[in-house]
Amino acid sequence: METLIAILVGILMTIGTYLVLTKSLLRIILGTSIIGHAIHLLILTMGGLKTGGPPLLGLENTSYTDALPQALVLTSIVINFAVTGLFLVLAYRSYQVLGTDNMDQLRGIEDE
Amino acid sequence: MNNLVIIPLIIPFIIGIIMVIFRRNTQLHRWLSVITLFAIFTFSIILLYQVQTSGIQTLQLGGWQAPFGISFVADTFAVLLITTTSIVALPCLVYAFHTIGKDRELFYFYPMFLFLIAGVNGSFLTGDLFNLFVCFELMLISSYVLISMGGKKVQLRESIKYVLINVMSSFLFLIAIAYLYAITGTLNLAHLSVRIAEVGQDGLTTSVAILLFIVFSLKAGLFLFYWLPGSYSAPPTAIAAIFGALLTKVGIYAIFRMFTLVFYHEPQITHLIIGILGALTMVLGAIGAVAHSDIRSILAYNVIIAVGFIIAGLASFTSAALVGSIYYLVHDMIIKALIFLLGGTMILVSGTGKLTEMSGLIRNHPGLGWMFFIAALSLSGIPPLSGFVGKVYISQGTFEANLYWLGAVGLITSLLVLYSIMKVFMNGFWGETLLSKEMEKGSTKGLLLPIGFLTVITIALGLGAEGIYIYVEQAANALLSPELYINAVFGGNPIP
Repeated sequence: METLIAILVGILMTIGTYLVLTKSLLRIILGTSIIGHAIHLLILTMGGLKTGGPPLLGLENTSYTDALPQALVLTSIVINFAVTGLFLVLAYRSYQVLGTDNMDQLRGIEDE
Repeated sequence: MNNLVIIPLIIPFIIGIIMVIFRRNTQLHRWLSVITLFAIFTFSIILLYQVQTSGIQTLQLGGWQAPFGISFVADTFAVLLITTTSIVALPCLVYAFHTIGKDRELFYFYPMFLFLIAGVNGSFLTGDLFNLFVCFELMLISSYVLISMGGKKVQLRESIKYVLINVMSSFLFLIAIAYLYAITGTLNLAHLSVRIAEVGQDGLTTSVAILLFIVFSLKAGLFLFYWLPGSYSAPPTAIAAIFGALLTKVGIYAIFRMFTLVFYHEPQITHLIIGILGALTMVLGAIGAVAHSDIRSILAYNVIIAVGFIIAGLASFTSAALVGSIYYLVHDMIIKALIFLLGGTMILVSGTGKLTEMSGLIRNHPGLGWMFFIAALSLSGIPPLSGFVGKVYISQGTFEANLYWLGAVGLITSLLVLYSIMKVFMNGFWGETLLSKEMEKGSTKGLLLPIGFLTVITIALGLGAEGIYIYVEQAANALLSPELYINAVFGGNPIP
């Protein structure tokens, strides 16, 4: 199972990197979002997928699944959503003001 | 257990949330933010005293003992930086009162400022790698808002790059955290240090260390600084000053923490890389600072040079070098805020950032001119001002560690710093006075007070180097002996 997820993470990272390297701002943002999801999967996998019972004290298991990666991913997802939201708003606003979402046309202009 | 440890994070956070409710009342915002910074300053002084008298202070959140809960740790290094943060933030805030404008004030400038301070303080105090990530994000999201606030064309353009770079580096940070968790099974810094010391730092761990180094270098502007000059010259002066003073320093702090506490077993690999990148940063930054003729760009490149110089102290990894680095870090936070405020005031008065179009400002602004002169000397490390002591110790440390090339690069770039900043002084303040009093684009009314305050601080830090030296030496010794940190965090409990 870990191998499968690792391959999935690789595929998602590839797609995300490809999107980030494109010129359209919206695609770049979607790319960062996809990379974010890939990394959340990576954190879950690196902590070890389900290896024992649920980590509850009442259950008499010999081994428990590590709950920490899920807590980390939860925090990370919230932050990622906030940043993506802010980035989308920023992109919309700069499309309005600058009149383009092409990264090539956003190069520095000396007279400003 | 000491609840005071988390106070510098909690106070600005809660006050910021309260301020969001009273959006229209800018006067209240101003007073509340000043009072908040004073409160943080007071508490950090108390904390400094406690750390000095009774050792490293810790707080285990929720009463969960060290590796299970989140730890907050206040050692001398962190507390010194927090104290400096509040000292630096106050003049920037007062400067913002006069220059930031009604629109930005209405759109939550002060709450965002306080959230930024909360994130910076949290990053300094936390003892947990993932919590460091969270505090980084708190700081970064506030900085995204601050840099794009106002929505001018250049700001939007630069903030897109800034946000994208920082989002990608945050992702790399998360990847490094995931790998480190898989290798060691913990994220508490003290526990990480114990585990890695037990098992030994193998190739895998060193790779993760270098990945973490790349992440923090992106934030600190060490070698991967190509985003920095653009981003730091886009926002208004007060915001640029607080960015130049604080944001890169948090990255430097994280590098110091990781490579003195956790990954200190393979210095011939990691610290050599750190040294090489530090030297390259200094050289490239110096080239940028000398080449440009725009005030904002010159100042932004000076930020980069300082980052390389502080990191050179870490690369040498001797006692003297670490003392120098900590001293220079404190000095640099103050002087970067000061020099950005001064440069911003010059731009405000003359209406342009280009050195070729301004001249002779000293006739109408003698106070500003002399303070710029003092700041320039301090920036390049002329005794008795505050840059000198740090520079001496870092140079001594690099020579002790037989890194002569690194010390030489540091000293040569110091000359280039002096040249670049004197270029600003001579072009801006000397020569024929182009603008009469009436033709000036803005007035310096109320702006000289915060600038003067910072000037006094930098003089005092240079003359009173003896007084602060005990704290700096204590901080350096604590960095050199990680077991102090580990013992404080675990507090005598068995380490699982």
